[in-house]
Amino acid sequence: MDFDQKTGCLKLGEKLDAAEVSKSWTLLADEKSVRQVDASALKTCDGAGLAFLWSLHKEKGAVIEGLNPGIEALLKPFDHLPDEAADAPERDDSLLVHIGRAASQIFGDIRAQVAFIGEFTVTALICLAKPRLVRWGDMWMTAQRAGVDALVVAGMVSFLTGMIMAFQSAVPLRQFGVDIFVVNLVALALLRELGPIMTAVVLAGRSGSAFAAEIGTMKVNEEIDALVTMGLDPMRFLVVPRVLAGLLVTPVLTIYANALGVAGGILVMMTQGFPFMALWNQLVGAVGVSDVMTGIIKSFVFGVLVAGVGCLRGLQTGTGASAVGVSTTRAVVSGIFLIVVVDAVFAAIFYVLKW
Amino acid sequence: MVKPIIKVRDLTAAYGDSVILENVSFDVRRGEVFVILGGSGCGKSTLMKGLIGLLPPTRGQILIDGGDLASASGAERAALLKKFGVMYQSGALFGSLTLEENVMLAMEEFTRLPFDARRLVARMKLSLVGLERFSGHFPSEVSGGMQKRAAIARAMALDPEILFLDEPSAGLDPVTSAGLDALILSLNKNLGVTFVIVSHELASIYAVADRVIMLDQTKKGILAEGAPADLRDRDANPFVHAFFHREAATA
Repeated sequence: MDFDQKTGCLKLGEKLDAAEVSKSWTLLADEKSVRQVDASALKTCDGAGLAFLWSLHKEKGAVIEGLNPGIEALLKPFDHLPDEAADAPERDDSLLVHIGRAASQIFGDIRAQVAFIGEFTVTALICLAKPRLVRWGDMWMTAQRAGVDALVVAGMVSFLTGMIMAFQSAVPLRQFGVDIFVVNLVALALLRELGPIMTAVVLAGRSGSAFAAEIGTMKVNEEIDALVTMGLDPMRFLVVPRVLAGLLVTPVLTIYANALGVAGGILVMMTQGFPFMALWNQLVGAVGVSDVMTGIIKSFVFGVLVAGVGCLRGLQTGTGASAVGVSTTRAVVSGIFLIVVVDAVFAAIFYVLKW
Repeated sequence: MVKPIIKVRDLTAAYGDSVILENVSFDVRRGEVFVILGGSGCGKSTLMKGLIGLLPPTRGQILIDGGDLASASGAERAALLKKFGVMYQSGALFGSLTLEENVMLAMEEFTRLPFDARRLVARMKLSLVGLERFSGHFPSEVSGGMQKRAAIARAMALDPEILFLDEPSAGLDPVTSAGLDALILSLNKNLGVTFVIVSHELASIYAVADRVIMLDQTKKGILAEGAPADLRDRDANPFVHAFFHREAATA
């Protein structure tokens, strides 16, 4: 390709393809002086070459001479291509619109959650009256995946937390000569707060996200629509078994995690030279039934929350591949947020009740 | 005789122990519209996957313009992949990109064209399928037929010699489907693109196909081969007859 600045004539070679065009585009696209194109030698031309010729002719007003009839025929369909790209459909991205949209989304979300709770309660009551309506097979399968399969991770998290708390608190308490009270600290913190919360967070990350992804994929594949048109209530079919599974496994996992967490704390104290029986007696003296029950009562609520939010986010999935990812993220984030909110409410209630 | 652009020789395709196609051989000639048809489960999609290199042959060979995708690697494989474009049944457009960006994506990766040039090429490809006014739209903002046309534009982004279309008419109304047939014929005539199409739609097959092969589940291979009108009028096989005359199959 040769360009004569004086005459404004661009002489093309035999081939005008993407490689050739990529070298010349920036050189000539802004060059207003190309008045004439000699294409007599041009034999082959790809899509990029056609775009280059079109741009020279239509946008720069250059005259193309000697163009092979075959290539001219390829250019013909673009005679009426508009000079400017079509405008994208109007999308108002102003700050006000963003704020309005966010507010509307929050209110819509609250409304959806209230409606979901209402729908779920009605369905759950119907299922309570007629237990055969519950898909028990699905429930047990989900309970196994959410519960048994989570034993290792929930146990490890709790055990290590118990050890860490013991290590961290042993040093300051030793300065006052009361390091035996590490057992009180670890046991009460785990049984009343950390055990249920950590178990629920593990469940939100493992099972809440899985519920959202499963149901979300079903939504994208129109399987939920198929259920509805077959007269099968997705709430009874999909949500009830999962929430029941959450209700069943969360307290069990919490008790298990609590036990392992306390064991972790005791193990650390034994390495500090305390005999096991001394630690055990301290533990039995420090922990009351109300402490154990506080955690277990919370865990029932956390289980329902995590499973319910996972299912709700799944049912709210939009269209497209990214929608499932968005639902999964929202399930985990909402789940953890609600766990903390509900725990705060529980803390206030237990304070008033002096538990 | 036009030189074949695709040669399939003694192809056996299987998923694990389940053999779907056995000893299948045929040629696709350069510049023709070639249709693969057959009943459900006969191996059309398996054959298509094999042709585009997603399912390596268990035995046999598939040559695209003389190159074997199954054994090619590195630059040779990249050069072979550039020879063809694929339109998937669902369109498979990237939902997070506009139609224009969908078309530009391959150019961004495989050419050094500047942004303006890529954008103009994308607009030209979209105008070939009648979508120049929708270049800034996201796939979710256009109809199913438009998505399929945009998928053809995307498949043409690198000026491939062959376009593979998987059920292009599926789910489209007859008018849109006829428009798509006209587009296939126009691209075939004006740009010399070779088409390999998997289809069930008799009207489309009659409208666009130069040659068809009909696969059969029992035979695990080709039941009939030829021009669609010839198969309709002359083939004695009961299943071929039933297919082309839209009768309930008794074979």
